Amino acid sequence: MAGSQKTACVEIGGIPIALSTSDDRFLDLLRHRYEGFLSASPPEFELEFDLTPAGSVSDDDVRVRRNDGDDEWIIERGDFHARWDPRTGRGRVRQNANPYSLDSVLRILHSLILAERGGFLLHAASAICNGRAYLFSGVSGAGKTTMTRLAPPDITLLTDEISYVRPGGGGYSAFGTPFAGELARAGENCTAPVSALFFLEQGPENRVDVLPCAEAVRRLMRNMLFFAADPGLVERLFATACDFVDTVPIRLLTFYPDASVWDVVRNFAPDFNRNIQGVPEHA
Amino acid sequence: MPERCTYIARSTAIAARALAGEMMVMNSTDSTFFTLNEVATAIFQAADGRTPLRDIVRDRICEQFDVDIEQAQTDAEQFVAELSGHGILLVSSQPLSSDSTRETP
Repeated sequence: MAGSQKTACVEIGGIPIALSTSDDRFLDLLRHRYEGFLSASPPEFELEFDLTPAGSVSDDDVRVRRNDGDDEWIIERGDFHARWDPRTGRGRVRQNANPYSLDSVLRILHSLILAERGGFLLHAASAICNGRAYLFSGVSGAGKTTMTRLAPPDITLLTDEISYVRPGGGGYSAFGTPFAGELARAGENCTAPVSALFFLEQGPENRVDVLPCAEAVRRLMRNMLFFAADPGLVERLFATACDFVDTVPIRLLTFYPDASVWDVVRNFAPDFNRNIQGVPEHA
Repeated sequence: MPERCTYIARSTAIAARALAGEMMVMNSTDSTFFTLNEVATAIFQAADGRTPLRDIVRDRICEQFDVDIEQAQTDAEQFVAELSGHGILLVSSQPLSSDSTRETP
């Protein structure tokens, strides 16, 4: 029988979202999972959870679409069905009580909110070094988790899997997230201005190479998390990717997997005229 | 027999942005992404739906890039065919309405 709704407010990337459920065990689960990201801030958005009988997490592709003739978003996968209305900031989720579905719903919701605000989620590890955030992106196996494992003790890990980026202060800031990858450890709930984005490749030695702007935009868009087949938001993300590349140094970091790679990051001097550079002509 | 004109216009379903001297174009319906070289950029920017392609080649490409007109026309037609195949350019034998391509700020 459904009891009264209980709420936990989870604040990721400075965006507090109230998660409410009548199920005490599910409430405990989400409080435990997002420990470190619980907030007393007034929520900007609200999600109410209706739990279904236990089932497995789905490998299906997620489908994110707007309701016909409406602003409401429908977010579906085999293991959850969610509706979210950006006008009211409220949504409802039907899922079973597993944390992976919960993570997925939250990630998708944040990706929609961020797209409207000029930010994005990125397949990237991120960390703070000397008060500046560095992002490390790449395909699976490129070395995101390796970079975080090699990090010296004075490095603050924001995430080993999903980086959270928002515009602010004339540039961009990265925020910690609870979305963990292979490291199975949530990031620290803190933020710093982004100093550089490195696309990772492993190699016999450490070296940093400039990426032409178009290639940087292409790689950035390829690694952004975005699920909605919505042309308006895709255009918005493209504009955001171009602005990010125009603002933040983007480099290819080839690294030998030992701790010395962090010396390269530490000593990275943004000796760039933004990312403006000559590029070879191509069709 | 009068020569048949080709008119080209930018699709409304694309976003374009020039960065560091490169024109990047994205089809927002399928997220395909293209970068254009200087010649392609000149054609793309001149694709107003009203100027025949042969005039664009003569007045923009040959003037600006010092190329042979026949070769330039052949290359331009190939480029237009490629981009229209990806939904970036609209092609017609009649003038098209002015484009509403959004060049991102």
